[in-house]
Amino acid sequence: MAADTLASDSQPREGRIAAILRRNERLQLGLLLFPGLFWLVTFFALPLVIVVFYSFAVNGPGGRIEWTFTLENYRILFTESLYVNAYWRSIWAGIWTTLICLLLGYPLAYYIVRSPPHWRTVLLFLVLIPFWTNFLVRTYAWMLILSNNGIINSAIQSLGLPRVALYPSEGAVLVGLVYGSLPFMVLPIYASLSRFDFTLMEAAADLGASQVRAFLKVMLPLTMPGVAAGSVLVFIPTVGQFVVSDLLGGAKVDYLGNLLQRLFTRSNPPNWPLGSAMAIVFMVVLTIAIVIYFRATIEEDR
Amino acid sequence: MKQGIAVDLRNVVKRFANVCAVDHVSMQIRDGEFFSVLGPSGCGKTTTLRMIAGFEFPTSGEILLHGKSVGTTPPFRRNVNTVFQSYALFPHMTVAENVAFGLRMKKVPQAEIARRVTEALDMVRLSDFAARRPRQLSGGQQQRVALARALVNQPEVLLLDEPLGALDLKLRKEMQLELKSLQERVGITFIYVTHDQEEALTMSDRIAVMSAGKVLQIGTPTEIYERPVCRFVADFIGETNFIEGKVEALERGGIVSILSDDGLTLRGQTIRPVESGAHVTLSIRPEKAFLSVQEPPPGTPNCYQVRVERVAYIGSDTRIDVRLGSRLFDLWEQNSRSTLDRDAYWQPGETGYLWWPAENAIILTE
Repeated sequence: MAADTLASDSQPREGRIAAILRRNERLQLGLLLFPGLFWLVTFFALPLVIVVFYSFAVNGPGGRIEWTFTLENYRILFTESLYVNAYWRSIWAGIWTTLICLLLGYPLAYYIVRSPPHWRTVLLFLVLIPFWTNFLVRTYAWMLILSNNGIINSAIQSLGLPRVALYPSEGAVLVGLVYGSLPFMVLPIYASLSRFDFTLMEAAADLGASQVRAFLKVMLPLTMPGVAAGSVLVFIPTVGQFVVSDLLGGAKVDYLGNLLQRLFTRSNPPNWPLGSAMAIVFMVVLTIAIVIYFRATIEEDR
Repeated sequence: MKQGIAVDLRNVVKRFANVCAVDHVSMQIRDGEFFSVLGPSGCGKTTTLRMIAGFEFPTSGEILLHGKSVGTTPPFRRNVNTVFQSYALFPHMTVAENVAFGLRMKKVPQAEIARRVTEALDMVRLSDFAARRPRQLSGGQQQRVALARALVNQPEVLLLDEPLGALDLKLRKEMQLELKSLQERVGITFIYVTHDQEEALTMSDRIAVMSAGKVLQIGTPTEIYERPVCRFVADFIGETNFIEGKVEALERGGIVSILSDDGLTLRGQTIRPVESGAHVTLSIRPEKAFLSVQEPPPGTPNCYQVRVERVAYIGSDTRIDVRLGSRLFDLWEQNSRSTLDRDAYWQPGETGYLWWPAENAIILTE
């Protein structure tokens, strides 16, 4: 007892709030978590919850929301071909864009990593430069390149060949998508490759692996985190985009993003509940796809 | 039985841009030999090794593996394996998978792979670590995995590129002995690249000393240490005192008497013929010269009264610097008697008689 008194006397007196805090660990935890939680709830969970609510509501006359529970929005999405087709078209566009970016981006990243150090910076810089120009402007540039009187067709014509209708088309959309997404594939793969120890490739060759097998057994597995990150960074925005398909597709074929944009802003009256349902389905599908993809590509660390 | 030649380098040259990394190197490495290539960094030893492995191709000259020319054969078609300085273990595979990699690439049947991997891991005493990842092992263990991964393929020749460089001194000494006994057990030709002369002396059957892309001398550890052919080899392997001078007289039994630049007459042994008046260097190792308190009997060769300048007691030896003419002469005296008596050790300022038998010093012409 005496020792206790002595100890508490020798310490500075703590304030009332401090004393309460010290005794109540839950309160401590709550206070520490509050800023993070507040941020997540306000900017992430709350908007999402609102969208979920909207997706089960009825779109009244003039685009007024009626708060009656309905599954009608989801029924439309899964049965009407306009929406089903747009989903598939967007997902395929995403898959193709990701694949093409991967096939172009991996060799490019490899080439940059293997260049002499002073060149490496220059090349990386060149990959990043397009970001400094507005994306819309760059997409318009592609219209000029691909159009009937564009650079490509002029070149073809000057050789005495007939013009090719390159734009507007789904192919032109794909070109635009690949062009816009390539840096997002190159940079993560570059990061992975620059951490890769190239002596391992010599070790594999030394142990009898041809270059192809050494790549498949050693380099690819060890740079998979970069490939996975790049794929996700390319795939997700591609599936949801609407600008490129609007401009290069000539607004003739509908992608997911175009429909979403129309439902929320352009159609008269707007249909927020259907748009919300579309966004929710989009999110769920993507989440599942990404989980599967990560499971398949990145080996868990044992 | 006539000993075969495992690796035959004939006038091999390797140029990078405008640098000649390997300059007309010729050497023959015998079957089952522990052969070291020793030299300072940048001397071309690693490039030589990489050409035998197939990571680099010679600019000119020829490399033969058991009589077959391998000029531009890619590494994966050569029956040669390498232990890398950084080990280069595959971090995404277990120890067992690492060791099995070479056999898998050669499509060896599964059951045989399992058996040989187990054997190889037993050999390097790592059976208990088969399921671990390389980064979960210590440096010494990783080193042994790299060895097992190479040896499991039963290569014609095993190439080792400073494999002990990353280990601490004590572990390095252990691994030296282990490597040597392993090599004797498996009977595979080892070509060992190192800049550590002690390592090379400890393990090798023969050593090639390289400098600036050229091979200066090939010989057994004793030959290299006791009979260096040039100043560089004498200086690089072990320590030595150099005294420059002119040949004064040729005596019997290859003994040469020289007059040093600062006027001392000294005697040493020559291996190569020298001419009277030629400029030569006398090399005398610090443990091969002696310092006596009493004057040695008259007629003792190379005898000079000297003053002790510096003394360093290092346990096994005492290293003494004495003034001989215009230079400090380094000599080591073994502390073969255990005592705390101060008088038993040389002190700076004392004088003594420095001498050495003529055959202990080597006359170098290059």
